[in-house]
Amino acid sequence: MTDVSASQAPSAAGPRRRTSLLELDDRTRRRNAAEARFRLMGLLAVTFGVLAVIGLVASILLNGLSSFRQTYITVDVYLDPVRLDKAGTRDREAIAKVTTFGYAPLLEKALVDAMAANGIALEGLSAKQAAELISKEAPAQLRRYVMADVSRIGETVTFDVLAAGRIDGYYKGRVTMESAALDRNVSPEQLMLADQLKQAGLLGTKFNPSFFSAPDASDTRPEAAGLGVAILGSAYMMLVVLALALPLGVAASIYLEEFAPQNRFTDLIEVNISNLAAVPSIVFGILGLAVFINFAGLPQSAPIVGGLVLTLMTLPTIIIATRASLKSVPPSIRDAALGVGASKMQSVFHHVLPLAMPGILTGTIIGLAQALGETAPLLLIGMVAFVREYPSAPPEGFFEPAAALPVQVYNWTQRGDPAFVERASGAIIVLLVFLVIMNAIAIILRRRFERRW
Amino acid sequence: MYDNPLMKRDAVTKEVKISARGCQVFYGDTHAIKDVDVDIEDKTVTAFIGPSGCGKSTFLRCLNRMNDTIDICRVEGTITLDGEDIYDPKVDPVQLRAKVGMVFQKPNPFPKSIYDNVAYGPKIHGMARTRAELDEIVERALRRGALWDEVKDRLDAPGTGLSGGQQQRLCIARAVATEPEVLLMDEPCSALDPIATAQVEELIDELREQYSVVIVTHSMQQAARVSQKTAFFHLGNLVEFGETGQIFTNPHDPRTESYITGRIG
Repeated sequence: MTDVSASQAPSAAGPRRRTSLLELDDRTRRRNAAEARFRLMGLLAVTFGVLAVIGLVASILLNGLSSFRQTYITVDVYLDPVRLDKAGTRDREAIAKVTTFGYAPLLEKALVDAMAANGIALEGLSAKQAAELISKEAPAQLRRYVMADVSRIGETVTFDVLAAGRIDGYYKGRVTMESAALDRNVSPEQLMLADQLKQAGLLGTKFNPSFFSAPDASDTRPEAAGLGVAILGSAYMMLVVLALALPLGVAASIYLEEFAPQNRFTDLIEVNISNLAAVPSIVFGILGLAVFINFAGLPQSAPIVGGLVLTLMTLPTIIIATRASLKSVPPSIRDAALGVGASKMQSVFHHVLPLAMPGILTGTIIGLAQALGETAPLLLIGMVAFVREYPSAPPEGFFEPAAALPVQVYNWTQRGDPAFVERASGAIIVLLVFLVIMNAIAIILRRRFERRW
Repeated sequence: MYDNPLMKRDAVTKEVKISARGCQVFYGDTHAIKDVDVDIEDKTVTAFIGPSGCGKSTFLRCLNRMNDTIDICRVEGTITLDGEDIYDPKVDPVQLRAKVGMVFQKPNPFPKSIYDNVAYGPKIHGMARTRAELDEIVERALRRGALWDEVKDRLDAPGTGLSGGQQQRLCIARAVATEPEVLLMDEPCSALDPIATAQVEELIDELREQYSVVIVTHSMQQAARVSQKTAFFHLGNLVEFGETGQIFTNPHDPRTESYITGRIG
């Protein structure tokens, strides 16, 4: 059969040009070339994006990972009662009068003693210069330790004290002998002394938990700066955002999507919600400053104000996500509920909302993640302040000054000491880890609760 | 082809359940239903037939005010259920829908367990005070939906996991669980295979003993098989309404004849 038709084909085709499937005609070749070009461009774009991400992550990790480790000097400190408790009454209030200046000589003596015990000579350095290896924060550390339990006075305790920022930088490659020669804060002799201490096992680098728990520190003490207050402040703000934005956003979207009549007014609201999502975040900061601080009289730098501002910012995101997921619930489910005599409200709350829940939660978490990383509006409401006091537990803590993670990053990048670059990168890593965790939760929720119908 | 069994059907006039007079439906500017007068009897299966877009589904949805959910839809004229105007401002559509149940074209069980699907209606209407009563209602409804034997061992399984025919019978069971007086069915078999269709049709015939059933169908054979009364809609008009046997064997209107012989539609 096929043979017959094949042999008849030329005569039937008549004047039509014979073409072979084995060679490409011009049009096909051009189409294929266009497709190949498009593929190549797409691949290039993706490659560029991936390389950019890799570069970003690599540079942050290279700069920041070292902030999770810190150089410590181990010394045996004799808590001299003569200096700390002259009256000998072990009275807390009397001991509290001794400032950090009272503790610094104890550390100096402990270090010199330790060096002597290990046969390390001062080699031209004064005892005071040797003591500069120890962070200026260390006396405060020691004082907090004593104040926690005054009965320790008179004992000799082994204490890991922070090494000074430049010494820490020396072991992280930031400070070299050449740079130390030009540096007023550290001399090559001090670095050599540090090396000797290291050989003697008195100086070492270990994991730095206080990076996550300690409050910020002043410009001259980068080694003591931590994210404790910032993490707490960000967590408080997220609580405020979650408590306000989720119910408000979901209620508003349910009303708009299911109950509101379709008219000019609701159209206007819809357009404005979309516009609100595109408003630059710093504008919300100005709004928060004017309304919440100047008008309502809420305190500056407080997580409650930050939370309120971020709520305003997050609401449109949550509303848009919630409406989209409500829309994606098939109308047949609504019909089914109405058909058995459920009221509009019952059909929404018993059937539509549970089905839309994964989408709503995903949208909410994405909105929260966005709010967590937001910096600009917080600068305007005073969250950029230098805060060393931890805010107390909620609800009072919402009204007390706190920092925020992204603002802390911004803050640290403004400081002069290069050690803060490392701190800022470390803070970025912490922030990114939180964001990745939140997005992972969003994905898990979506997978977990996704229902088919 | 249809004559013998159809002609034998009893033509005893029963009590009128739903009555429509001068019913008009507009979708925005479109006049979808034009001046329909129809009396639907109790304990009778009434079939609405007609070509696509003729308004039969629209009219069906007027009977339990499902059209209320469409903003641009407007209904004029009167439709009464047991003599009461269902479009009276005092009528709550929720109460009406408890009396006039509905089964849809596509099986639409809730994405919940089989038990919860059936129990939902009785629960929200407060029909059961105890769990035992609810169990009883669910069993009765599933038996009436001819599904009990197939699902009694897996009432906790999701309703969406059943086959298409089973899902539709589940929807019917869900509709009868609230003890409605009228059951509206919008092309209940269009998504089903012939075997499932036969099961549902058999079920419709059984339901006739207790309910007034109104069914919209594209299949004239189905209308002839299950209904006692047939209404033929065309372009928004009710062209002819009468005994099913008469409509299919001796239609008065030439349009009805053209449709059932396959010339229009």
